[in-house]
Amino acid sequence: MSNLIEFVGKVSSFGARTIIDGLRAPFEGSAILTHIAEVGYKSLPLVAPAGFALGTVMTFHTRSTLVTFGASAMIPTVQALAFFVEIGPLVAGLLLAGRVGSGIGAVLANMRVAEQIDAIESLSIDSFKLLVVPRVIACVIALPLLTLFMDFAGLLGGYLSELAASGMSFDLYIRRAFDNLEWANFIAPTLKTTVFGFIIGTVSSYFGYTTNQGAAGVGRAATNSVVVSSLLVIVADVVLVKCIFFVFPESAL
Amino acid sequence: MSSGYKGPAVVFDQVFKAFGAHQVLRNVSFSVPAGEALCILGRSGTGKSVTLKLLIALLKPDRGTILVDGDDITRLKPSGLSKVRRKMGFLFQDAALFDSLTLYENLALPLARLTTKSPAEIDFAVNDVLRQVELEGDQGKLPSDLSGGMRKRAGLARALVLEPKVLLADEPSSGLDRITASEIDELLLRQKRDKGVTILVVTHDVHGARRVGDRFAVLDKGDLIACGTAAEVENSGRDTARKLITEDYPA
Repeated sequence: MSNLIEFVGKVSSFGARTIIDGLRAPFEGSAILTHIAEVGYKSLPLVAPAGFALGTVMTFHTRSTLVTFGASAMIPTVQALAFFVEIGPLVAGLLLAGRVGSGIGAVLANMRVAEQIDAIESLSIDSFKLLVVPRVIACVIALPLLTLFMDFAGLLGGYLSELAASGMSFDLYIRRAFDNLEWANFIAPTLKTTVFGFIIGTVSSYFGYTTNQGAAGVGRAATNSVVVSSLLVIVADVVLVKCIFFVFPESAL
Repeated sequence: MSSGYKGPAVVFDQVFKAFGAHQVLRNVSFSVPAGEALCILGRSGTGKSVTLKLLIALLKPDRGTILVDGDDITRLKPSGLSKVRRKMGFLFQDAALFDSLTLYENLALPLARLTTKSPAEIDFAVNDVLRQVELEGDQGKLPSDLSGGMRKRAGLARALVLEPKVLLADEPSSGLDRITASEIDELLLRQKRDKGVTILVVTHDVHGARRVGDRFAVLDKGDLIACGTAAEVENSGRDTARKLITEDYPA
């Protein structure tokens, strides 16, 4: 238990340092853009197909039930609500925790083991600001964008599935999908992924930056980054959903 | 340097460092006058690399004082420490080049972040230091494309790019053949001879040490057992010191 408290304290302090350092110059603009490309653009081939496949499968599952109850017109609505409110943000967060979290953890741990972080410090350069802050900011910016790609890829998958099943037109599908969608259903869940991005960036950077166990530590840092950031994303989701319901009571369906 | 400071470039005074129960350095004291080269010898695990890391404040001593150019680095805040570090260059054992950056980018990084040089001035400075280490044609290569000797020279180039007053080198010849090792030694010597750089070298290579060093410090199990010229160390009456300074070395 004391280990857990110690870990929470250390990661919280690491995250607080990220925020403080992120607010002071130099702002590492080019490094942030590079990492956004790494975290965001290079994650698209994973996120978009995953969203498309999930959208397709979800329509397979919901269609028969809704048709049974004579609510086939609700299929696009259910699809859109499910993706924009929960599936898109959560699955995008988990996919990013897997792909990017392990990458950040392994790269930083390898730099630590190879004395590259010491080398940066020996050159009077703040290694934390150079290596950690841009990665965390990139995760915070990239994850909401990736979530949008996942949402719309899921909607596209759902539409194609519905087109094959009932021949519904694209216009009608889109109109039904968005008719019952409030801005609160869209904006708040998408923005909550900035918190997921912060968690993924901070936790994986923490494990990589603080490793001290040689080559074995690199593997351990990568694994811990994925496991802990995935878990924390899910836990944060529960908390954030309750917060969203509190701020936007109309979004509580 | 603190303005007007005329004392030794480096002073280690009663420095004690332990990792848990393991005492790595026990009240070690030595000093290095400006423009001299001190080679630190000793068997593996005797605290040689720790000494260098303490000097550049990558580690903190448990007790004692470390002066670099007159500044006590054990008492400095991060901003002051950063100023002192800018006077120092560190050649890591495995060069520790940033593997995602090209050789040119590795060298340009500290210049771009720590100086007000224009891109053209940075370009000039990088090419100048690459010429010094004879890597001027390899600036576009990644560290993974460089041989062991080239990586050492690249690491040395990065350590020199900010024109340090004190150069620390951790086993500069490890893993290199004798010819390549002597080329690295020659580069270190040139820094001392031509630019008056103070050099501290940790090495197991007695040939290189005697080529580069003006004085020698011998560590054994955390204690400084001898310090002085080669003759003084040889006649120090400490068998380990005598062996380390003479082993394989032709009279």
